[in-house]
Amino acid sequence: MRNNAPAAVRVAGLRVVRGGTEVLGGLHLAVPAGQVVGLLGPSGSGKTTLMRAVVGVQETAGGEVEVLGLPAGHRDLRRRVGYVSQAPSVYADLTVAENLRYFATVLGAGRADVARVLGEVDLGRMAGRRVGALSGGERSRVSLGVALLARPELLVLDEPTVGLDPVLRRDLWQLFHRLSADGTSLLISSHVMDEAQRCDRLVLLRDGRVLADSTLPDLLASTGAADVEAAFLHLVEDGAAPAAHLVQAPAGRHAAAHGEGSR
Amino acid sequence: MSARLTLATAARVLRQLRHDHRTIALLVALPCVVLGLVAWMFEGTPVLDSVGPLLLGLFPLVVMFLVTSVATLRERQSGTLERLMTTPVGKGDVVVGYALAFGLMAVLQALVLTAFAVWVCGMDVAGVLWVVVLVAVLDAVLGTALGLAASAVARTEFQAVQLMPVIIFPQLVTAGLFLPRDEMPAVLEAVSRAMPLTYGLEALQELAAGGGLAEVRGALVVVVAFIVGALLVGATTLRRRTP
Repeated sequence: MRNNAPAAVRVAGLRVVRGGTEVLGGLHLAVPAGQVVGLLGPSGSGKTTLMRAVVGVQETAGGEVEVLGLPAGHRDLRRRVGYVSQAPSVYADLTVAENLRYFATVLGAGRADVARVLGEVDLGRMAGRRVGALSGGERSRVSLGVALLARPELLVLDEPTVGLDPVLRRDLWQLFHRLSADGTSLLISSHVMDEAQRCDRLVLLRDGRVLADSTLPDLLASTGAADVEAAFLHLVEDGAAPAAHLVQAPAGRHAAAHGEGSR
Repeated sequence: MSARLTLATAARVLRQLRHDHRTIALLVALPCVVLGLVAWMFEGTPVLDSVGPLLLGLFPLVVMFLVTSVATLRERQSGTLERLMTTPVGKGDVVVGYALAFGLMAVLQALVLTAFAVWVCGMDVAGVLWVVVLVAVLDAVLGTALGLAASAVARTEFQAVQLMPVIIFPQLVTAGLFLPRDEMPAVLEAVSRAMPLTYGLEALQELAAGGGLAEVRGALVVVVAFIVGALLVGATTLRRRTP
């Protein structure tokens, strides 16, 4: 069991209020180090808000977010955490290489990292092209490449595979697993439930609350569902009494909950 | 803030500008065209010699203000500003990086515009010419600094464009272009004293009347103070965490 490993991310009682509406209401969550954790939920469930809180750009109304043992957004985390937002955040009027070189300087990475990243996101042949002239999928790979420059210990990826063709999607997931095997922790959001099987752990989010925090086999066993989609529906419809052992309890109960689930 | 990150940011902004020919044309060619029209209109009169130097300070300020506020708002809307805020880049690196890049464009703009005014339009400045160029550069940098402050306050590109008349027009009215300041009602004169453009145009008027560096030193100090103040507002209004 990896439950003894220190958590890459620990969220306790996180509240976010936007425009008078509570987007996240007292959320608890732990991302174990070195794992691929999938954050699944419909749009509007709070995935992006949670990820922004983890990388320290979200105003919060309460609770704690601890990343790699430091408060989220801490100065010392800015090189150690890579963030890719849903819309590609790179300069459309610069070339791929110019974008990577600028962010490499910003992150204290070198020219060798630029070359490595171009290979990792398979954009070597596009290096001299202006980002604005690339397809949507290529742009989001440039954005992912920027996050990989400094070899971060934690990668926070907001829907990184949307709109990509299946071959590329498979390649990217292979990259994610390679990074995870090298010790990187990954928090990846998706609204495509079938990406669940590629994750070590799943967090199901709905209306700013964690419906389940578990592994895929445990989730299916406890809900008696055939796939994640059905498990999600099962949990929503049993909303009044959620499967208690699947909901992440505040720190400490995690190991017990996990043991119970895998029985 | 670090010099390395500030300079890297300035270089990146300049690289973006290099790919954007229309903005460069707007920065360098448009003020020349407008100045040329004024010169043509008043051909054969001494008007250009008295009004021309004022325009050398005015056009750059307005154009730089607009270009800067739109450029920084694009940075915000593309999500790159938020990404930068998750990296070791400081808020000051972003603001001063932009100011340096556009400041360099301001130097280019002032040189081209002054050369055009003097050699093509035949403008004859009674005062010291290089001081005119210096004031024009400072006015352009002031436009950039005000644009950075405005876009830190504004939330959308549209708001930034709306802020342009709000910030520029009152300054134009009270700067002493239409009526000498000492003939204004007391309240307007006080307002005028609080506006940065007043001091830039005051210096240029002084130069058009035959002055040199010694006569405009005081006004230039005020303009520089406004530049520093606007950059501070821009850097402090920027937030790492947003709603």
